[in-house]
Amino acid sequence: MTATTIESDAGTQDVPSSEVRRDMYRLMVEIRHFEKRWMRIFNSGKTGPGHSSIGMEAIAAAFGTLLGEGDKTYATYRGHAHTLARGVPMNETMAELLGRATGLNGGKGGSMHLTSVDHGMMGSYAIIGAHLPVATGAALASKYKGEDTVTVCFFGDGTTNIGAFHEAINLAAIWSLPVIFVCENNQYMEYTPIRDVTAVDRPAADRAASYGLPAIEVDGNDPDLLHAAASAAIERARAGQGPSLIEAVTYRHLGHASADPGKYRPQEEIDEWIGRDPVPMYKARLVEAGVPAEDLDEMEQQIIQRVEQAADFALASPLPAVDTLMTNVWANGDSSWRR
Amino acid sequence: MTYRAAVTRAIQQEMRHDDRVFLIGEDVAKPGGVFKTTGGLLDEFGPRRVMDTPISEQAIIGAAMGAASSGLRPIAEMMFADFVLVAQDLVSNQIAKSSYMTNGQLPLPLVIRFNAGGGLRFGAQHSQSVENWLMAIPGLKVVAPSTPADVIGLMAAAVRDPDPVMFVEHKGLLSSKGEVPDGDIVDELGKAKVVREGRDATIVAVGMMVGRALKAAEFLAADGVDCQVIDVRSLVPLDTTTILEAVRSTGRLITVEENPRLCGWGAEICSIVVEEIFSSLTAAPVRITTPHIPLPHAGVLEDAAIPSVDRIMETVRGAYARV
Ligand SMILES: Cc1ncc(C[n+]2csc(CCOP(=O)(O)OP(=O)(O)O)c2C)c(N)n1
Repeated sequence: MTATTIESDAGTQDVPSSEVRRDMYRLMVEIRHFEKRWMRIFNSGKTGPGHSSIGMEAIAAAFGTLLGEGDKTYATYRGHAHTLARGVPMNETMAELLGRATGLNGGKGGSMHLTSVDHGMMGSYAIIGAHLPVATGAALASKYKGEDTVTVCFFGDGTTNIGAFHEAINLAAIWSLPVIFVCENNQYMEYTPIRDVTAVDRPAADRAASYGLPAIEVDGNDPDLLHAAASAAIERARAGQGPSLIEAVTYRHLGHASADPGKYRPQEEIDEWIGRDPVPMYKARLVEAGVPAEDLDEMEQQIIQRVEQAADFALASPLPAVDTLMTNVWANGDSSWRR
Repeated sequence: MTYRAAVTRAIQQEMRHDDRVFLIGEDVAKPGGVFKTTGGLLDEFGPRRVMDTPISEQAIIGAAMGAASSGLRPIAEMMFADFVLVAQDLVSNQIAKSSYMTNGQLPLPLVIRFNAGGGLRFGAQHSQSVENWLMAIPGLKVVAPSTPADVIGLMAAAVRDPDPVMFVEHKGLLSSKGEVPDGDIVDELGKAKVVREGRDATIVAVGMMVGRALKAAEFLAADGVDCQVIDVRSLVPLDTTTILEAVRSTGRLITVEENPRLCGWGAEICSIVVEEIFSSLTAAPVRITTPHIPLPHAGVLEDAAIPSVDRIMETVRGAYARV
């Protein structure tokens, strides 16, 4: 796509600058290779399970280029991508996936609970929907303190059917809070297609009206369209105009979790979506727009090296000391409950 | 001052003390709270700091958590203790585990307050005591004041505490009165109080049961049995030092709890005492609880379930008879 403006439900926007496009591509490639490397470690039996977002990288990448200091990200257990997209170092992220002492959470979090408060990565949550009200509270704090920071909350299509989703969006809407709810609609909850268990076609967008919000649906494999929708929503939030609910339609190439082959999905469907893989698609678009392919290849090679280093770092890192078992239940670092 | 007025004064004191403190809940602002514990706060602090919410327990507690993780000090009201359970995922899976799972990156300074306990004929879904459930979740502090002065001091301690505190106001105590000194009151969590000295037995109680234990002790004293009464005040952290010292001096322990017998907090205290100072005991510890039933509505039934002054007296006498 080389036109200077693009269309999306969020309105007509300029195409992102070439630096931004490059950044988005870089993040997508980082996430892709990170996830692939981690899956290899998983398959070799050296780490516990987790949830990859191979095929869904464009969403994290688009928001990643737009969020800055003070902005907050809330993710689900499928949160490796969103962690990297906030600039959290690969080494510590990989180490946390492997439960090492050098990990982001000292090995106590693991794949499903990646947190780096310093980077605005406020955590990945493993109970469906729980983080939507929490993100609402973070946005409440921004407004309370008069800051123009925004909170972005990612979740899956399956999450739109749990109560906390509805409570959180209503609260954010009545209080006009600077929070953006982003449904990564990969069309499956665990193993069940979302359409089998949802009465509307678009699980998030079709419900937006219930909370007084516009319905925003975006192609979740198109970084440029995502970038446009995200910047509109972020602008709206920073301007005090309240929350947005964005549905990004995408697909996970692999199963739900690392040991799931995802066989419950028709092969034609998988093939079709792999044919729309956002990483090569976007590369082709950038090349068409004049970015030398060699530059992108070189960038990719460097990323592969960094991912290898992160894997080496994590695998060589010590396991947590057993006495950390008893630390940090309380804010003073302690765990004792009696005096 | 009434216990009810003490709640308002406590919140007011903390909101004046710290601009990061705000109150959020159903009917807390304009209506002044369904238990009339938050009247006037909206007038003083305005809608930025005193917020009426929809009926969305998960959203209220989740918002408090998000705000606490972003540097504020929320007080979230859940109205009835029973409604905490509607948002129990947020309480036990999210809030309680935040500090630990993030390895100390995200401790949560917040207070969740609610009215617990029976005695007002509200029936099974509006009368529960949930302290024992909450204290079983690592990461939560649990505080249950029995007097107006304690309401203020312990609320201040709870709001200023860096950890999540579940603040239990007993609805049966709302119109009870007590002396409250002027000026700011700030207490400390994890300190039990010996509210009556005595030689012969130690009665340990919380919330509405403290007053009943004191009354029973008065009657027993007239019969020549001199009971010590301890108000635990804070179940987590738990002041086992004061409790163990007391039981060491009397040799007998009676716990009085207003919750079903299975897994009540009294069992924990008895277990600690038996494990740690068994040789000081001159009799087996005794637990007074409600039966293992939901609380009934009918007055005659509810009264039969919740430990009464008479039941406490009889049980203490029985414990003596067994020696
Ligand atoms: C409250 C709750 N119920 C069930 C689960 C089990 N579970 C884990 S992931 C998942 C599917 C979630 O689907 P979706 O929201 O679409 O997210 P996706 O995995 O597709 O990113 C389920 C049911 C859970 N973690 N929490």
